[in-house]
Amino acid sequence: MSLDEADVARIARLARIEIDPAKRSALAAELSNIMGWIEQLNEVDTDGVPPMTSVGEAKLAMRSDEVTDGDKVEDILKNAPEQQDGHFVVPKVVE
Amino acid sequence: MTLLELDLAQAREGLQNRDFSSVELTEAYIKAIEAARDLNAFIVETPEKALAMAEESDRRLAAGSHRDLEGLPLAIKDLFCTEGIQSTAGSHILEGFVPPYESTVTSKLWDAGAVLLGKTNLDEFAMGSSNITSYFGPVTNPWSEPGAARPLVPGGSSGGSASAVAARLCLGATGTDTGGSIRQPASFVGCVGMKPTYGRCSRFGIVAFASSLDQAGPMTRNVRDAAILLQRMVGHDPKDSTSATVDVPDFEAALTGDIKGLKIGIPNEYRMDGTPKDIIDLWQKGVEWLRGAGAEIREVSLPHTKYALPAYYIVAPAEASSNLARYDGMRYGLRVDGENLIETYEKTRGEGFGDEVKRRVLIGTYVLSAGYYDAYYLKAQRIRTLIKRDFDQAFDTVDLLLTPTTPFAPFGIGERADDPIKMYLNDVFTVPTNLAGLPGISVPAGLDGDNLPLGLQLIGRPFDEATVLRAAGVLEEAAGFTALPPYLAEGGRA
Repeated sequence: MSLDEADVARIARLARIEIDPAKRSALAAELSNIMGWIEQLNEVDTDGVPPMTSVGEAKLAMRSDEVTDGDKVEDILKNAPEQQDGHFVVPKVVE
Repeated sequence: MTLLELDLAQAREGLQNRDFSSVELTEAYIKAIEAARDLNAFIVETPEKALAMAEESDRRLAAGSHRDLEGLPLAIKDLFCTEGIQSTAGSHILEGFVPPYESTVTSKLWDAGAVLLGKTNLDEFAMGSSNITSYFGPVTNPWSEPGAARPLVPGGSSGGSASAVAARLCLGATGTDTGGSIRQPASFVGCVGMKPTYGRCSRFGIVAFASSLDQAGPMTRNVRDAAILLQRMVGHDPKDSTSATVDVPDFEAALTGDIKGLKIGIPNEYRMDGTPKDIIDLWQKGVEWLRGAGAEIREVSLPHTKYALPAYYIVAPAEASSNLARYDGMRYGLRVDGENLIETYEKTRGEGFGDEVKRRVLIGTYVLSAGYYDAYYLKAQRIRTLIKRDFDQAFDTVDLLLTPTTPFAPFGIGERADDPIKMYLNDVFTVPTNLAGLPGISVPAGLDGDNLPLGLQLIGRPFDEATVLRAAGVLEEAAGFTALPPYLAEGGRA
């Protein structure tokens, strides 16, 4: 699978990572190389093989639906880049 | 013997006999760490916290109410969140992040009386095999070739922990292992590193890389110390739904030294082209040592081994792209303002993540994107099932597997960096165990022709760490690896 600059721009947008347009071409070559190496997986016949969904086959434990944590507004805001009156301050989301 | 020469078990005994105090021991390590800053093994040193913890330990030791790890100074990989102490995952995007909570594994260690010396350097978000992707700079391996000036990598991602253990800057350290990040650096610095079974240790408070693969584990000078440390890291945690509810045996008591009749498999597919002769020879020696101790050696086949690494490079980046979506500059960490919200996200992540992290998040995003999910992600998860089946079948006939830990010896800082796949090959022998969730350990077993350490790996059945440790103890004894690195803390050498 070969990726071009447009692919890199599209994935970078999906991943919300700014990539300098001048670096797109080199990155496309690098990612193509990695994806090309991964192609060898197509040699393996996986028809009828179920995809692994859990390593340990463990059943998730149930617990009673009770509040066990909370009242930590200060802790939660402690590392905020910007905060005000007990809230995170973020850029405008809706124009 | 100087204080720094004592291993964890010996220091435990010395403290409990009141031969010396935890403050004395801790001060010796604080001094050693300060003097070894050129290794760049630590991102943050916590001497004041360490001394306060040591004083409390000394009070308990005096009162006879000591706990299992009372007064023993440890280093913690900077992937574990530590309350009130910067925790960065080796990334610019988390620089200055001070968690208001403690990871479960580290809180268990503190509850057992251990002392925190500092947070160790690592590859950014644990993505790497050489510690060169850290935002805080590379770590130097205390080992070097005689007469050669080039500094070597300590492996990765737990490179800071590895260097700190090998240079005797701590009694032991925590690491995490997603594809080999405990075992590969352990092999590169000549220490013991163990990845327990997936689910043995809680992942709560460990910065997530690939959640179905990540496991915490101990890095120590020897197998006994690994057993002692592991004992206080494991156990079910309601805060991690994947942490196992299985019983925890006494790991130190498992070190009986007796492996008579144990069946040990040698997987054919690990004889890979291009593996240096020194490593193949050492592997053969390992076979002879275990046979000599009474184990029964059998050839086994793990037919899908070759596909483990490329499958890993779909699964791990896919999970990483999802896990790292949280770093958006809104609630914590770096924020770089843009013209609008999306631009703020993009600039924050563009500036906050390093090249390898970006590469993996992009690959992960790509393989999960519309139209590619079945071809890549589902395909890789099917192959993962086949790899797990290979191991299940092997463990029908053997109790353990013996393999090399790494396909090559430590290399120079900056080498293998031109091509990502070359770097990924570091983990060819360790990745399959992560995909199958199995326990594995690397034991230092010898030196190569350049006087650099090499490790051998033992792999066990799920939740059978006790047998892995028991055989590792025998392997260690037979190998008699006593070499010390050229760079060692002052007082670390007799």
